[in-house]
Amino acid sequence: MIPLEHYLVFGAILFALSVAGIFLNRKNLIVLLMCIELMLLAVNTNFIAFSHQLGDMAGQVFVFFILTVAAAEAAIGLAILVVLFRNRRSINVDDLDSLKG
Amino acid sequence: MQSTLWNDLAAALPELWMLGAVCFVLVFDLFVPAARRDLTYWLVQATLAGALVFTVAGHDGGRTLAFGGHYVVDEMAVLLKSAIYLVAGAVFLYSRPYLKDRGLFRGEYFVLGLFGVLGMMIMVSAHSFVSLYLGLELLALSQYAMVAFFRDSLPASEAAMKYFVLGALASGMLLYGMSVLYGTVGSLDIATVANALSQEEGRSAFALFGLVFVVVGIAFKFGAVPFHMWVPDVYDGAPTSVTLYIGSAPKIAAFAMLMRLLSESLGPLTGDWGQLLAVLLVLSMAVGNIIAIAQRRIKRMLAYSTISHVGFLFFGVMAGTQEGYAAAMFYAIVYAAMAAGAFGMLLLMSRQGYEPEHIDDFKGLNERHPWLAFLMLLLMFSMAGIPPTVGFYAKLAVIQAAVNVGEVWIAVYAVVLSVIGAFYYLRVVKYMYFDKPEESHPVQPGMDAQVIMGINGLAMLALGVFPGGLMALCLRAVGY
Amino acid sequence: MENVYLAIPLAPLAGAIVAGLFGKAIGRRGAHTVTILGVAVAFALSLVVFKHHVLDGASVHNAAVYTWGVSEGLRMEVGFLIDNLTALMLVVVTFVSLMVHIYTIGYMHDDPGYQRFFSYIALFTFSMLMLVMSNNFLQLFFGWEAVGLVSYLLIGFWYTRESAIFANLKAFLVNRVGDFGFILGIAAIVMATHSLDYATVFGQADRLAGETISIFAGREWSLITVICLLLFVGAMGKSAQMPLHVWLPDSMEGPTPISALIHAATMVTAGVFMVARMSPLFEYSEVALGVVLVIGALTAFFMGLVGVVQNDIKRVIAYSTLSQLGYMTAALGASAYAAGIFHLMTHAFFKALLFLAAGSVIIALHHEQDMRKMGGLRRYMPITFWTSVVGSLALAGIPGLAGFFSKDTIIEAIHLSEAPGAGLAYWLVLLSVFVTALYTFRLLFLVFFGEPRMDAHTREHLHESPKVVTVPLVLLAIPSVISGYLVGWVAFGDYFGGAIVVHEAHDVLGELAREYHGVWGFMLHGMMAPPFWLALAGIATAWVFFHWRPELAEAARLTLRPVYVVLERKYGFDELYLFLFAGGARRVGRFLWQWGDARLIDGLLVNGAARTVGWVAARVRGMQTGYLYHYAFAMIIGLILLLARYLYAA
Repeated sequence: MIPLEHYLVFGAILFALSVAGIFLNRKNLIVLLMCIELMLLAVNTNFIAFSHQLGDMAGQVFVFFILTVAAAEAAIGLAILVVLFRNRRSINVDDLDSLKG
Repeated sequence: MQSTLWNDLAAALPELWMLGAVCFVLVFDLFVPAARRDLTYWLVQATLAGALVFTVAGHDGGRTLAFGGHYVVDEMAVLLKSAIYLVAGAVFLYSRPYLKDRGLFRGEYFVLGLFGVLGMMIMVSAHSFVSLYLGLELLALSQYAMVAFFRDSLPASEAAMKYFVLGALASGMLLYGMSVLYGTVGSLDIATVANALSQEEGRSAFALFGLVFVVVGIAFKFGAVPFHMWVPDVYDGAPTSVTLYIGSAPKIAAFAMLMRLLSESLGPLTGDWGQLLAVLLVLSMAVGNIIAIAQRRIKRMLAYSTISHVGFLFFGVMAGTQEGYAAAMFYAIVYAAMAAGAFGMLLLMSRQGYEPEHIDDFKGLNERHPWLAFLMLLLMFSMAGIPPTVGFYAKLAVIQAAVNVGEVWIAVYAVVLSVIGAFYYLRVVKYMYFDKPEESHPVQPGMDAQVIMGINGLAMLALGVFPGGLMALCLRAVGY
Repeated sequence: MENVYLAIPLAPLAGAIVAGLFGKAIGRRGAHTVTILGVAVAFALSLVVFKHHVLDGASVHNAAVYTWGVSEGLRMEVGFLIDNLTALMLVVVTFVSLMVHIYTIGYMHDDPGYQRFFSYIALFTFSMLMLVMSNNFLQLFFGWEAVGLVSYLLIGFWYTRESAIFANLKAFLVNRVGDFGFILGIAAIVMATHSLDYATVFGQADRLAGETISIFAGREWSLITVICLLLFVGAMGKSAQMPLHVWLPDSMEGPTPISALIHAATMVTAGVFMVARMSPLFEYSEVALGVVLVIGALTAFFMGLVGVVQNDIKRVIAYSTLSQLGYMTAALGASAYAAGIFHLMTHAFFKALLFLAAGSVIIALHHEQDMRKMGGLRRYMPITFWTSVVGSLALAGIPGLAGFFSKDTIIEAIHLSEAPGAGLAYWLVLLSVFVTALYTFRLLFLVFFGEPRMDAHTREHLHESPKVVTVPLVLLAIPSVISGYLVGWVAFGDYFGGAIVVHEAHDVLGELAREYHGVWGFMLHGMMAPPFWLALAGIATAWVFFHWRPELAEAARLTLRPVYVVLERKYGFDELYLFLFAGGARRVGRFLWQWGDARLIDGLLVNGAARTVGWVAARVRGMQTGYLYHYAFAMIIGLILLLARYLYAA
């Protein structure tokens, strides 16, 4: 039986990794989208661990909702990415700097 | 069991109506020829009107929980939803000619807008973390799509991407906070969380850890410093009709989220999140007001002005008293109306191939269209908080609530920064009345837009002189 | 009834808003229709209120309509106090205002600012109604200031004339001096009673009378005296009492309907009304009453004298107004509040009449105001002439007309008064009767009798004014005669009930009332009293000097040259103020501007602060780099910052 703390630490590490990925990555926007997915998975890990620990199903139900929303989010994110690529011919994070100040 | 389901559905009738109507509009629009798309528009307004009727008429004055405690109808929900419908209706009205002039007059704008409204309604009526999150995401996803809606615009797609990534990051943090809170109290229900936290051992370090993440999620929605970076870029990059949408009604929904999460569910930790809000509001007021001064682009200026207003709104909430909540709610509603008016003014001044981008474009508006200039003057006065406009009363109410709990120093700070902030609002007024116009093309907004803008602008004055009615509603909504 | 009360001020306001904002759209006819309709509604409703309260004897209405805010128990609200005093003022104000509105159609016929003018006068009516209907000091102050503001706009209505701009600035500044006192008075009241509500404050008058206040160390002043004197300073500004009277004659620069509205029925009576309203306070302060009495009497006499030497027809009437306001104020000082208000009412009718008649003459002569270029007009303008005769007789105080009753009551009251300075005041007001008759009939003789002195071209085109002008004249002439017969009811009777408080020891009117046996007895008595003979002497003198033997007037002017010059110069008030205050303020101002403002404040503080803010803004703005990862980084930093706050605390 793996204790709860391990799951939480695992979740925290995943979360930190994804957050770090968002601000360290300066090249590819797709990596950003992946980081976002990863972050939601970290949260899901947390929810499932707690849900199991507490014996309460609500947390696991929430996870399904999050997964669904994540799918929709990925769809919209990719759509925006396509639009952006059409206009800029690049998906480089560094190139997104026309709005500032 | 049967009757419970029916009761639940009856309670959520406005949302069901909205959902059905949006789906209908979506399909209906496919079969409407482009030349007759005004039908879609009128259908949208009718949908909002219907939702208003269902919301107001369906409310029995009490508090109803539905769907196993995930959904609630109370005074606050009714008031805030009604305000959202009205603001959204005005937003669609101002947008129509602008969209037509740019070839953007498509059903998608309205469908996405209505889905956003549905999201806001769910946020307002949410009574558990799940429903709150779903409403929030429904609103956010609609907004991302709306920003990117002008496909051929580079700034719009860039703004959409930034908004999307940062928004997803923020909702990730919010969710992380929720998961931690779930772990500490073992429930997603708002009332249960509040109950558990009010116990002796409730205020654990772990709960506080989760609280910080939740506050970050809320702060992002509002655009409080340092989670504000998306605001100016998105406001500036999005088509103005979308900026108008994002900048107005969702603030009311965000306020509802803040009330549900901080006041209702984390109420026992008021002292703790009060300190966090204090940090955020002090930063927001400073950054918002000061950077706005350096802006030449009107939408960016209004974006920074939003940030400073968020500071004021937080100030009322931070007081943690019912008086403070009511003052903040008043501020949120009034701000949504002010923002709708100010961004709407940009749309009214636009025409095919031209839209006001810089503050300089307001020069000499008084000579070109005195009525609009006068309304803009009222809106700017109200944003600056100059009596007798409602902006003054809203600020006064917030400051009074805060001073009553002893926050004198932040109050002084807030007043000083509003004086600094008055500068950039009054600059617009100065340009309108004392400078020569650089544009000679006449400003010719449609009659419907002029009338609604007139009501919108004069409401700033009327509510400033007679704030009592709205204030009484707000006080009742927070259970005073 | 509440809705009726509310509708009275709102009807003119609605008219003003419509005429002001949509003037272009609704055109001239639309503008005057809507404003006149508004005022007519207000007048009709005022009559309803009058009937309800005065004739049917309804109890006093005192209630808040709307609470604007509550701060530490201090309620700021809009509320109405309707008693017999208010009802009377409502009828007078709305009636005169209605007449003036109708008259304006003819007078301003060719003016390009037609709609603007109607909007202003309706707004003015609204402000005045708010002032008289108020049940608290805040609303009183609002009405007070609104009246001042609109009068500023109206006096400077012809804003391209330099003299009009000077006059409205002067009116504004002088009124500011008065308002300064007024607001200090209100502040003192709030400080002492922690309330803005009339009823609450009056209820504590007894207590205030016993308290003292130390403004300069070691000098204890009676609190109520300080409050009353400060309030009276406000009244001096609005009601143009010496030495704050200088704005009123100059304000004749405005169009004539305004002169009638401002200087007959409304603005200038605000001060008199206010003191009467505050009678529960003033009654406790002997000193304040004495000051009011003496200032009033001095104004009555000395301003009347100036009127004798003026040549501008409107200025003569303006000085006459000053003098008559002096009478009202003196009456207040003698605790004869009812007599003061009664004179206010009668005066409103005949003074509005005289102003409008003067306006009628002025249009007939193509905006000529110099009486030396008039004469003989009675043949050409019979209606204007006869109504002017009625107004003049009423003003001079000839028995049977309104002015006689009110003025005689005041003189008798002052005679009986034992307030400090009452002896002096009695002689001053008595002599003023002569002066009043003299300048009034000088005007009448110069304008309507003798040989026409205008140029031939003008004379050929002389004709009576149109109906919209003459009808108001006739309508005003009627109350100028009959309103005096109410003397037994208003001045001597119990008309005001609890609205006006007079202490036993001061009750001069009560004493007079005991000797009062009907109007006829009063008239008979009046014909044997000195004022009547003085008035006749004044008329006779005017007839001799200005009609029968005009050369005598010239001779008198030369022999009495020093007196003439002093009067012509209006005792030098204007020069003194211009030199001392305006000039002095300019000198101080220039110094402060060059040194204090330009260098210290602008250079260092304002521009310095602005420059600093601008500099900071430009730097901070650089934080918004446009790079997504910087934005995300800022959020993470924010998160860590907030977390650190807890870790540190825990």
